[in-house]
Amino acid sequence: MLRVIVRRLLQLVVTLIALSALIFIWLRNLPGGPVEALLGERATPERRALLIKALGYDQPILVQYGKFMQRVLTGDLGNSIRSGDPVTDVIARAFPATIELAAAAMIIAVGLGVPLGYLAARYRGRLLDNLTIAGTLLGISIPIFFLGYLLKDVLTQDIHWFPPSGRISTGMDNTTVTGFYVLDGLLTRELDASADALWHLILPAITLATIPLAVIVRITRASVLDVLNEDYVRTAEAKGLRHRTIRGRHILRNALLPVVTTIGLQTGALLSGAVLTEKVYNWGGLGTLITDSISGGRDYPVLQAIILLAALVFVLVNLLVDLSYAFIDPRVRVR
Amino acid sequence: MSLLDVRDLSVVFQRRGERPFTAVDQVSFTVEPGQTVGLVGESGCGKSVTSLAIMGLLPKRGNRVTGEVLFEGTDLLGLRPDDLRDRRGRDIGMIFQDPLSSLNPVIPIGVQVAEVLERHRGMARRKALREARELLDAVGIPDPDRRLTEFPHQISGGMRQRALIAIALACKPRLLIADEPTTALDVTIQAQILTLLKQLVDETGTALIMITHDLGVVAGLCDTVNVLYGGRVVERAARHELFARPRHPYTHGLLSSVPRLDSPRGERLHAIRGSVADNIPWVEGCAFAPRCDNVVDACLDGPPPLEPTASGGDLRCNNPVSEEVAVP
Amino acid sequence: MTDPTTRPGVGKPRTGDSPAGTSAEDPAGQPGDGPAGHRERSIGRLGDRKRARLDELARATADPGGVSLYRDALRRLRRNPVAIVGAVIVGLFVLVAIFAPLIAPHDPVQRFDELTRDLTVDSIPGATAGHPFGSDPLGRDFFSRMIHGSRQTLFVGVLATLIGLTLGVLLGAVAGAFGGWVDVVLMRLTDVMLALPSLLLAITLVAMASRSSQWTVIFAVAIVSVPIFARLLRGSMLAQRESDHVLAARALGVKERNIVLRHMLPNSLTAVIVQATLTFAVAILDAAALSFLGLGDPDINRAEWGLMLGVDGQRYFEVRPELAYYPALAIIVVALGFTLLGEAMREAIDPKNRR
Repeated sequence: MLRVIVRRLLQLVVTLIALSALIFIWLRNLPGGPVEALLGERATPERRALLIKALGYDQPILVQYGKFMQRVLTGDLGNSIRSGDPVTDVIARAFPATIELAAAAMIIAVGLGVPLGYLAARYRGRLLDNLTIAGTLLGISIPIFFLGYLLKDVLTQDIHWFPPSGRISTGMDNTTVTGFYVLDGLLTRELDASADALWHLILPAITLATIPLAVIVRITRASVLDVLNEDYVRTAEAKGLRHRTIRGRHILRNALLPVVTTIGLQTGALLSGAVLTEKVYNWGGLGTLITDSISGGRDYPVLQAIILLAALVFVLVNLLVDLSYAFIDPRVRVR
Repeated sequence: MSLLDVRDLSVVFQRRGERPFTAVDQVSFTVEPGQTVGLVGESGCGKSVTSLAIMGLLPKRGNRVTGEVLFEGTDLLGLRPDDLRDRRGRDIGMIFQDPLSSLNPVIPIGVQVAEVLERHRGMARRKALREARELLDAVGIPDPDRRLTEFPHQISGGMRQRALIAIALACKPRLLIADEPTTALDVTIQAQILTLLKQLVDETGTALIMITHDLGVVAGLCDTVNVLYGGRVVERAARHELFARPRHPYTHGLLSSVPRLDSPRGERLHAIRGSVADNIPWVEGCAFAPRCDNVVDACLDGPPPLEPTASGGDLRCNNPVSEEVAVP
Repeated sequence: MTDPTTRPGVGKPRTGDSPAGTSAEDPAGQPGDGPAGHRERSIGRLGDRKRARLDELARATADPGGVSLYRDALRRLRRNPVAIVGAVIVGLFVLVAIFAPLIAPHDPVQRFDELTRDLTVDSIPGATAGHPFGSDPLGRDFFSRMIHGSRQTLFVGVLATLIGLTLGVLLGAVAGAFGGWVDVVLMRLTDVMLALPSLLLAITLVAMASRSSQWTVIFAVAIVSVPIFARLLRGSMLAQRESDHVLAARALGVKERNIVLRHMLPNSLTAVIVQATLTFAVAILDAAALSFLGLGDPDINRAEWGLMLGVDGQRYFEVRPELAYYPALAIIVVALGFTLLGEAMREAIDPKNRR
């Protein structure tokens, strides 16, 4: 078991280093790279040379990469070209917003997806099943930013159930502790702030949850259908066990194994979708940051950091999922 | 009163857009307390479906079950699902063909035995596990304490089947249904499992329905044998009678196709030609007619009736094998 | 009992088309010639009429048998309503795309005076005579742009899918065929690609290009699917490496190159085609997402649904939501069509569903 963990961790490190190297080298060699971004296109050659030297871009690329990694490992990701702030600060401000959004979406996707998938399988071929399948197909076929606009239009403009954008009402005086506004409100006992943040969170979270929800429903349904056909479920029935026991202990426990893997993979869909959702709801997270750092003149240090951070989160979550698998499924342990 | 009295049991599978398929066709047989009864036939003859219908384990949709399954006088088919659930595992136990897939892969063996005790005998988990240990010991699993916490993939095939037997017998049921219990096992293990079953049945007085395609299994175990073909009983006889004087050409064919040590060297095995797929529907005639060596015109005039024979059995054949003809 | 060896038909392989053949050739009388028969019947002998009836019955109930995997899958596909709906949508989409210039009443880039006249910041003309969907923000005929949009969307989707498929299949085939360190290196490469969530990878790729164009979008969307195709093909080839038919070919002395090309690749390709169908749907959705993020094709004349939805649809959602609704609906329906078709195909080739 330990050897598996170590091997997976090594693989992960190699993957991340390769990714960082690729991005680093590519970004450095682009026309219209950071120097132009800083100085504009009409800068004098002298000033350019000066800046290139100051940034260390005259050195061999490997040396540059080495220095870059050295700085990264000490937590120095450079400064944002646009704002001049340290990249770590810029990211630290945006990170909790995205995580809060993604976590809320995941809670919706899993909390709704697993029961729905189970019920669809249980009532296979009936109305509920057909409706569920139709819904999931629609869910994976709809551009989620369009769905976002649709929800926003109906639920915030036509009927004012939810606020149209932002993470918290203007004028709401909330204290930031962790950066997760809902949690912060609870921690500082500013319950009104917490409720207000939750109110802002719901629509974006629903929008973002669409694709993971659809995928989780489908995987759960397929998996439950497989398990329902398993001999051990028949054995459990032959034992005369109560329906409740069979469902919980024999069906769901086995059926959820593939779902766990899916949840890991869906964090990817969440990070992708967050970019779109954040733009729709003007949610100040990493997604907004990444769009801004591309369209408002390429802010390479920020861009680079976000990409690496996203990869790190995604890969780590999947590693954790794989490892947790070993604790849920006894068959994995022996290998 | 018989322990189990199956009367005119029929199971029709009906899938959307397909012709209905009669898997079990007016099957009747009885099991007396402590008796061992064989249900014999090739795969697809309806023997497994019969057992699942008795247990109420057929899928809820896509099939129609008719007839009566009287267990100690109560019709199991008429019971509410919850009442049937109370009896399954307590009054009737069942063991299945493939011990690996029949055990839940992610639950320890101990819990899988204990849960049936918790359910039907109201035991707490700790007490049930102690009892489970005794049961594993009784079915001959070595080192039962360790097995309690092990998972199915960690023990051998023979041990898995023993564990399933322990589960089925945990509540001392009056009837045990064994559906091809040895088919998935190695030959050496097969004999052990059969011996164990025989011993347990003798000790506890449990009646046993043995479902098998293997006449060797029947020979060592069963008191009476029902031979099924195409979903119907074609011959029923006491074990010795059946082996000494098989009357139905199908039974005869099955017996002739068993390799024997005492047959002359070089003699070919007798195979029944064709396969179960060559059935004709019973309404048209005898389902076995296309494969039968003894076929006569009457065989295509409708189904032959199941009629009592002189030796106390039943036979469904227009042109049976002569009583004088011995098995080659 | 007669000696079984003299009985014809025994042990003969059954042919698919005449399952009753054996009994027809059989002199059915033989076995009954022994001392059997205690009843007053024509013993063990079947009249001609009865024998014909028996054959007929046997034929009626026999299984068809001998149907190839491929034909079987096609047969199930044709019976599956999901597949039919998907195929009809895809077929209509492709037809509209091909005949777009004939269907569309106007040139998609021509600006009409009668439309531009009423154009203001917060009002875009709706349906008028000759312009059933009204105007787009630049005074062009929205209906014609929608029709022509099918063309551009098909172009983007097909090209992105083809590029992704070709690169992925190449990577996967090389990895699967060579194994060893080649496999390790290539699979680490796909790991790197998979380490980034799909849309983020596409965004990164677009960001790396100095200027966005239609090609950066196509390329970015294509690269996202490369590791998926690569892993799919490699997995399938590895599974086949040890399979019976490959072992048999190897035992017969077939050259390794031919084993890969003639035996392994064709078997893997069905799965690849299914994946390609599903990838198409993802490709047009991703292309729309890039447009929405402002990273799409900057050509204002190009009529492509993703572009229309992502740029104009977003910008003028409050003014004229139809500018978003129509392209969105078109994208949803087409993505749905490809997904349905792909899923149905996957189900059809899954051996689990064979009966």
